[in-house]
Amino acid sequence: MKPLVVHHTDTLEAHPDIHLPDTHQDTFSKAVLGFWFYLLTDCLLFATLFVTFVVLHSSTFGGPSAQELFTLPLPFAETMFLLFSTVTCGFALLEAVKGRKNSAVAWLAVTFLLGIGFIILEINEFNEFIQEGNSWKRSAFLSSFFALVGTHGAHVSAGLIWMAVMAAQVYHFGITVDTFRRLVIFSLFWHFLDLVWIFIFTFVYLIGVLS
Amino acid sequence: MFGRLSLDILKHNPMQDMAVVGMVLSGLGLIALITYLQRWKWLWNEWITTVDHKKIGIMYIVTVLLMFFKGFTDALMIRVQQALAVGDSHGILTAGHFQEVFSAHGTTMIFFVGMGMIFGFWNLIIPLQIGARDVAYPFLNAVSFWLFAGSGLLMYASLALGHFSEAGWLAYPPLSGIEYSPNEGVDYWIWIVQIAGIGSTLGAINFLVTVLKMRCEGMKFMKMPIFVWSSLCSMILIIFAFPILTATLVMLTLDRYMEMHFFTAGGGGNPMMYVNLIWAWGHPEVYILVLPAFGIFSEIVPTFSEKRLFGYMSMVWALIMIAFLSFIVWLHHFFTMGASPGVNAFFGVSTMLIAIPTGVKIFNWLFTKFRGRVHFESPMLWFFAFLLNFTIAGMTGVLLSSPPVDFQVHNSLFLIAHFHGMVIGGVLFGFFAGFTYWFPKFTGFFLSEKLNRYAFWCWFTGFLIAFMPLYMLGFMGATRRLDHYEEATGWHPLFLVVAVGAVVIVIGGAIQFLGLFWSIIDRKNNLDHTRGDPWNARTLEWSIPSPPPIYNFAILPVVDQIDPLWAIKRGVAPPQHKKYEDIHLPVNTGIGFYIGMLSMLFGFGMVWYMYWLSIASFVGILACLIVRLSSKEKHMIITAAEVKATEEALRRPV
Repeated sequence: MKPLVVHHTDTLEAHPDIHLPDTHQDTFSKAVLGFWFYLLTDCLLFATLFVTFVVLHSSTFGGPSAQELFTLPLPFAETMFLLFSTVTCGFALLEAVKGRKNSAVAWLAVTFLLGIGFIILEINEFNEFIQEGNSWKRSAFLSSFFALVGTHGAHVSAGLIWMAVMAAQVYHFGITVDTFRRLVIFSLFWHFLDLVWIFIFTFVYLIGVLS
Repeated sequence: MFGRLSLDILKHNPMQDMAVVGMVLSGLGLIALITYLQRWKWLWNEWITTVDHKKIGIMYIVTVLLMFFKGFTDALMIRVQQALAVGDSHGILTAGHFQEVFSAHGTTMIFFVGMGMIFGFWNLIIPLQIGARDVAYPFLNAVSFWLFAGSGLLMYASLALGHFSEAGWLAYPPLSGIEYSPNEGVDYWIWIVQIAGIGSTLGAINFLVTVLKMRCEGMKFMKMPIFVWSSLCSMILIIFAFPILTATLVMLTLDRYMEMHFFTAGGGGNPMMYVNLIWAWGHPEVYILVLPAFGIFSEIVPTFSEKRLFGYMSMVWALIMIAFLSFIVWLHHFFTMGASPGVNAFFGVSTMLIAIPTGVKIFNWLFTKFRGRVHFESPMLWFFAFLLNFTIAGMTGVLLSSPPVDFQVHNSLFLIAHFHGMVIGGVLFGFFAGFTYWFPKFTGFFLSEKLNRYAFWCWFTGFLIAFMPLYMLGFMGATRRLDHYEEATGWHPLFLVVAVGAVVIVIGGAIQFLGLFWSIIDRKNNLDHTRGDPWNARTLEWSIPSPPPIYNFAILPVVDQIDPLWAIKRGVAPPQHKKYEDIHLPVNTGIGFYIGMLSMLFGFGMVWYMYWLSIASFVGILACLIVRLSSKEKHMIITAAEVKATEEALRRPV
C-alpha cells in the first residue's frame, strides 16, 4: 500500500501524533489491510445479489421487462454524479496528504453534494417505478432489481453519513495520524461503491436496455 | 406500539413452561448470587468491557457451554420422542413443537456451539501461538463477541417469548416464506443467524489480519504452527462464505417483510435459488468448523507422541486443497433436485476428491505416532475416537457422494448418521480434546484426568450406540425429522437402542460438567507444577507462564522452525531477545457490549414488528460507532520494570 509512505512526509512528521506508541504494531497498514478484507466480503455480498439478478431477470411474471422499464439517460446521469464524486474524493485525500485541512474538508463537501445528487436521482427513479405500479412486489425481476440497486444505494447513504463524520473530524482534529488513516479507509469505501455501480450500470441498465 | 407482541406469546405447553420457569429462576439466581458476592463492578470492569483476547476467549467458551446445554436438551427431546411416538402413542411432543425442537437443535449447534467454539479457541490460542501480544483489532474483537452473545440471548428469548422456527435449521422456502410460516418463528431464526453471522464475518477479518500481520520475528508462513494454518484456511472460508449467507438471509427477509418474490412459489420467484445459495455458504461452513478441529489434533498428536508432526508441508497443502474444494461441492446436498446427470456427476466427483487430502491428513497423524513415545492421556483418547468415527463417517460420506446412492438415502437417517459422525466424532471430539489440552494454560491447573476418562468412554460408546443404528434405519427407509411412525415399519427396536445410546452420552456430558466444577474446587491437588508447560509441548503458547499475563509475551520470541519451544528446550533455537521493553495495550471499553445488546434489541424489534424499537436500536448502534470512531485511540503502558517484576514472580518455582 502506497499511502504508508505518508508517515514519513514532512507534514505528518511535524505532528506530535506521529510518535505513536508501539509503532511495530503498525496500526495504519493493519487497518488498511483489514478494510480490504471487509471490501472483499462486501464484494461477495454484491456478487450474490448480482447472481440472483441474473437468474431472475427474465422472471417478469407478466410485469415489465428491463427493456420496457429502463431508460439510459437517468442511470447515465447517476453514473456521472458518482464518477465525479470519486474524483473529488480523491482530491480531498490528496489535499489531506499535503496537510491542507480546509481544502480537504471543502473537497469532502463537494463529494458529499455529488453523493446526495446521486441518491436523489435514485430515489426519483424508484419512486417513478412505484407510481407506475412497478414496485418490488410486482415480479421476481423487480424484486431482484430493487434489492441489488437498493443495497448499493444503502451503501452510498451509509457512506454519506460516514463522510459527514469524517469532514467534522478533519475540521475539528486536523490531519492527524488517526483522521488520515480513517480518511484513507473512507476513500477506499467510496471508490469501491463507484466500482460496484459501474457493474450495475453495465449489467442492469445497459444490457437490460440493449438486449 | 407492541407490533404483534401480545400476552399470548407467553402461552406454551407444559414442557416449554418448565424450561421457561427454569430459565427465569436460574437467571434470577445468578443475579442474586452476583449481588450477594458484590461482584457487579468486577464483572463490568474485568469482563464485560474487556478487550483482552484471552478473556474474550473465555467468555466465548462460557457462552458456548450455555448454548450447548440448550442444543443438547433439544437433541435429547428428539431422541425421547422418536423412541416413544410409535403406533398409538404420540410421545411427549406435538408435531409443531417437535419441528421447533429440531430446528432449534441444528441452529444452536452450528451457529453457537460450533462457531462459538472456533472463535473461543482462536481468541485463546492464535495470538499465543504466533508470538503476539494482542489481536489486530481488539475493539472489533469485543464487538464480534457481543454480537454473538446478543444473538445467543435472542435464541434463549425465542424459547420464552413466542415460537421458534418450524422450518428446519436452514429454513428452505417456500415453507419458510410468509405464506406457510406466518408466525414469528422464521423471523427469530433469520435475525439470530444474521446477527451471529455478521459477528463471525467481522471476527474472521480480525483474525486473518492478526495472522498475516502480527507473527513474531522469523515465523514465516511455512513455520506457522499447524493449528494456525488450519485456522487461517477456516478464516478465509468464512470471509468467502458468510457474505453469501448474509445476502441470502436479506433476500428471505425482503420476501417475508416487503412482499418481494425471490424465493416465493408465486410472482416468478425461485425457491431452488435459495437452496443453491444457502448451500454455497453451508458446505464451506462444514469445513469452517472441522478444519480448526483438524488443527487441534495436529497439535495434540505430536505433543503426546514426543515427535515432530509428520509431513508438515503435505498437511498444509491438504488444508489448502480442502478449503478450495469445499467451494465446488455444494450441489451434493440436493442431487435429488433434478440437475442434469452431467452436473450431478461433476459434483459427485468433486466431493469424492475431498477424501484425498483428508486421507493425507489421517495418514500424517498415524505416521506421527509411528515410532513416537505415545502417551495415552485423555486428549489422545479423544484423538483415537475421532480417528475411528471420522473414518467411518468419511467413508459413508464418500458413499453419499455418488448421486445414484444418494437418491436412495437422501434425507434419510443414513445422512443424519453420516454428518453427526463428522460433527460429533470430528468437530466436537476435537474441541473436547483441545479443551482438555489447553485448560491448564489458562487456569494453571488440570481437569480431573480420572473423570475425563469416564466421560470419554461414555461419549465414545454412547456415540456408537446412538448413531450406528441410524445407518441401518436409513437403509430401512426412515427419513429424518419424523415425529411419529407406525409399528409395522419395524424401526421401533432400533430407535430404542438409539435412545439408550443418547442416555449414555448424557451421562458422559454430566460427568464432564461436574468434572469441570470438581476440578475448579479441587484445583489445589491438580496444579500444574511446571507453571507453563505441563505436557512437554512444542509450540510458543507453552513458553509463557500459566495463566498468561495480560501482555502474553514479556519479550517477543524469535523463531526459525515449526516447533519453536522444542527448539528452545533442545538448545537449538535462534538467539532470543533479552531486554524488557515498555508494553502498550488497548484500554477497556463498554461500546462493544452496547453494540451487541442494541443489535439484540434491533432483532427483537424486527421479529415482533416493533419497528420503533429497531429504528431506535439502529440509531443507537450508529451513535456508538460514531463516538468510538471519532475518539482518539487510547493505550495503557506497562513499563519495562513492571514487566520484569511480574515475570520474575510468575516464573518463580512453586
